[in-house]
Amino acid sequence: MDFNDTPDDAEYRAKARAWLATAAADYRDPPARPVSRGENVPESRKWQKIKHAAGYTGITWPKAFGGQGLSPMHSIIFNQEQSKYHAPTELFAIGLGMCIPTVFTHGSPALIERYVAKALEGEEVWCQLFSEPSAGSDLAGIRTKAVRDGDDWVIDGQKVWTTNAHLSDFGIIVTRTDPSAPKHKGLTMFIVDMHAPGVEARPLKQMSGGSDFNEVFFTGVRVSDSHRLGAVGDGWKVSLTTLMNERLAVGGKPGHAPGYRDLMALAARIETDMGPAIEARDVRQRIAVTYIADEGIRLTQMRALSALSKGEAPGPEQSISKVVVAKTMQEMAAFALDLSEASGFTTAGGDPGLHKLQGSYMASAGLRIAGGTDEILRNIIAERVLGLPGDMRPDKDTPFNEIRAA
Amino acid sequence: MDFDFSDDAKALREQARKFFDERAGPAVARASMNGTASFDAALWQAVVDLGWTAARVPEAHGGVGMSSEAACVLAEEAGRSLAPIPLAQALAATEALIALGTPEQQARWLPGIADGSVVAVTGWAEGGTASPAKASAKVDGGAINGTKSPIADLAAATMAIVSAAGPDGPALYIVDLKGEGVGVAPVDTLDLVRRHGTLTLSGAAADPLGTTAGYHDWLDRAAILGSFEAMGTATAAMDMAVAYAKERTAFGQKIGRYQGIKHKCADMYIKLELARAHALHAAWAMEAGAAELRQAASAARVASLDALAFAAEENVQIHGGIGFTWESDCQFYYRRNRALVAALGSRNFWADRLVRSLEQRNAAAA
Ligand SMILES: Cc1cc2nc3c(=O)[nH]c(=O)nc-3n(C[C@H](O)[C@H](O)[C@H](O)COP(=O)(O)OP(=O)(O)OC[C@H]3O[C@@H](n4cnc5c(N)ncnc54)[C@H](O)[C@@H]3O)c2cc1C
Repeated sequence: MDFNDTPDDAEYRAKARAWLATAAADYRDPPARPVSRGENVPESRKWQKIKHAAGYTGITWPKAFGGQGLSPMHSIIFNQEQSKYHAPTELFAIGLGMCIPTVFTHGSPALIERYVAKALEGEEVWCQLFSEPSAGSDLAGIRTKAVRDGDDWVIDGQKVWTTNAHLSDFGIIVTRTDPSAPKHKGLTMFIVDMHAPGVEARPLKQMSGGSDFNEVFFTGVRVSDSHRLGAVGDGWKVSLTTLMNERLAVGGKPGHAPGYRDLMALAARIETDMGPAIEARDVRQRIAVTYIADEGIRLTQMRALSALSKGEAPGPEQSISKVVVAKTMQEMAAFALDLSEASGFTTAGGDPGLHKLQGSYMASAGLRIAGGTDEILRNIIAERVLGLPGDMRPDKDTPFNEIRAA
Repeated sequence: MDFDFSDDAKALREQARKFFDERAGPAVARASMNGTASFDAALWQAVVDLGWTAARVPEAHGGVGMSSEAACVLAEEAGRSLAPIPLAQALAATEALIALGTPEQQARWLPGIADGSVVAVTGWAEGGTASPAKASAKVDGGAINGTKSPIADLAAATMAIVSAAGPDGPALYIVDLKGEGVGVAPVDTLDLVRRHGTLTLSGAAADPLGTTAGYHDWLDRAAILGSFEAMGTATAAMDMAVAYAKERTAFGQKIGRYQGIKHKCADMYIKLELARAHALHAAWAMEAGAAELRQAASAARVASLDALAFAAEENVQIHGGIGFTWESDCQFYYRRNRALVAALGSRNFWADRLVRSLEQRNAAAA
């Protein structure tokens, strides 16, 4: 075991660090005011292109797909170094983290040729069209249908909570192609052009105020059969590739979300009746608990990556990430706001550190739901990792069109 | 022992619940959030007409002269309905005047509170400190200087009862908001329904209301009313979560069938009933003037804030994606949770106050 960079890793890190020092110089400070993702599209594109030209995109992807063919360790090293800056990266996280890996795992050579490079160089933005109003956790319950018509499929239905749909050029969409098959069996995945006639993305406002997610309506949208990912009826299997990648991509703490360091800094500034907050036992406990969670997840991810880099399959430990990260964010933010008393409640003026914690208190509520809820992730750990018996699934083997409407 | 409210208080609670069910609730809260008015004036007038601001006011001052139980049930129903009116504030101010006011002070302010011509608020919070010892507001020679912020419903108010450092320690002072040296400005907070303000006092006339001991006594009383309000808000969040758990289907079952959800709902109830036991004990101690007031009030405060935070957070969680939207009512409870912490101090402050009161009791018994 060795927690230090190998000589090769260290060399890569030094190179990346030196490159970022000039290339990312504009992103050294956080933006002066919060910028919405919509406003940030040109800047996000620009940064992606700069990285692409310098060989810092698709770090782990095969060279044949336009990637660098390096190890996951290189990717994490670059991300560590990049996260010291405030460069705009969220716009491509879903596309490059989930959608494109699904395309190159299940798409035809022609699809890979057409889409992968464009996504990688920041030319095209992608979204993940899975959840529907009546099917989120129970993804296999989706109703959006695709019906074969000659060389095309015609899609009708509605998706919801689709992050970045309003900014996207393409999406991967799970559809029901055989309603007479049991729910997991009649699904098929496609690439859909978000600018095609019949696609309408309507932004939804989040509890926290921003509008990053959407409801998306599909009315008679034609998709060529050549844009199918995987076999007809294999949509469930294909979606598992996306979800596995999602858990890797969203498992960690969102970039720049406050962590134990922010709590330490805050506690150092606060004077209580009984002296500096940082000296109080309960505050030190909370800092410790937050450190254990934040750093524990970072180390767990390194563990998985180190297995990958040795050509081994990472263990199931990765599945703990998001449950830990999201709830820790919420608990830490609530604790910090309590500690700040009424200052933790007013949002105007004042302390930027506090505003970040307020934002985290709001955002963490969504993070506990997005990409698999706390409850679903615990079920996965209990059932798939620990082998506990699954819940009763009364509708699992029933043809979808015979399941009683809920 | 009779561990329940009087029939009068229960009748008032029923009346308030029915009224607020019709006239308040999340839809009214949303309208208030989207509007520019600092509170719902028509709803407030209806509440004044029903005599609820007069409920606690002695008959001699134009009120109904009900016990403090009336204030508890009204605070709970106001909290449950999220009613965008300064009722909880009026109740806390009335309690201060009744407990600590001289006959002259009572005669000057209580009739107006009862008939609605005076809108009274209380201001305790001061930015980052819950410590009365560190309060910036100071009174010297009858004049008050300093900033109290955030104060709920300040824009609606005509008078404020604020805490400040007096010559003998922290104490309450009455400030006529129409007087000289008074600045009122809105302040943005996490709660988008209940509007808050900053009160800047520059040499304004400060009429002392009771002593330092009286200030501590009032803080406990206000905490009890705040506990009932928080329990009301927590109950509404729990009811919303339970209703959704019975209605939403995933994997062919109502989500309420899954223990992950069912146990969360049960925990909401457990936390609430623990809080309720302490709050009822505290309500009794307040009415009886019992020696346990401090410890019962502090316990009710900590328990009710815990119950509210849990219900508000897990209500979003049980709703899944829809719970995280602006359109969902979940956000009202999630945000109000922070408002109620800010109004009278966090669980840290009150846990400390609880343990101190237990230490004092133990020392006295030794
Ligand atoms: C910020 C955000 C961004 C998102 N972005 C996207 C996106 O880009 N693309 C996309 O397709 N989707 C996206 N989603 C949707 C997300 O994947 C779903 O919201 C999530 O999977 C939950 O589904 P649901 O909302 O239908 O809730 P439901 O599945 O209805 O769940 C409701 C509650 O029931 C619980 N529950 C359900 N089943 C069980 C069970 N078996 N045992 C115990 N508890 C259970 C859940 O944990 C939850 O608490 C996003 C969501 C959020 C909040």
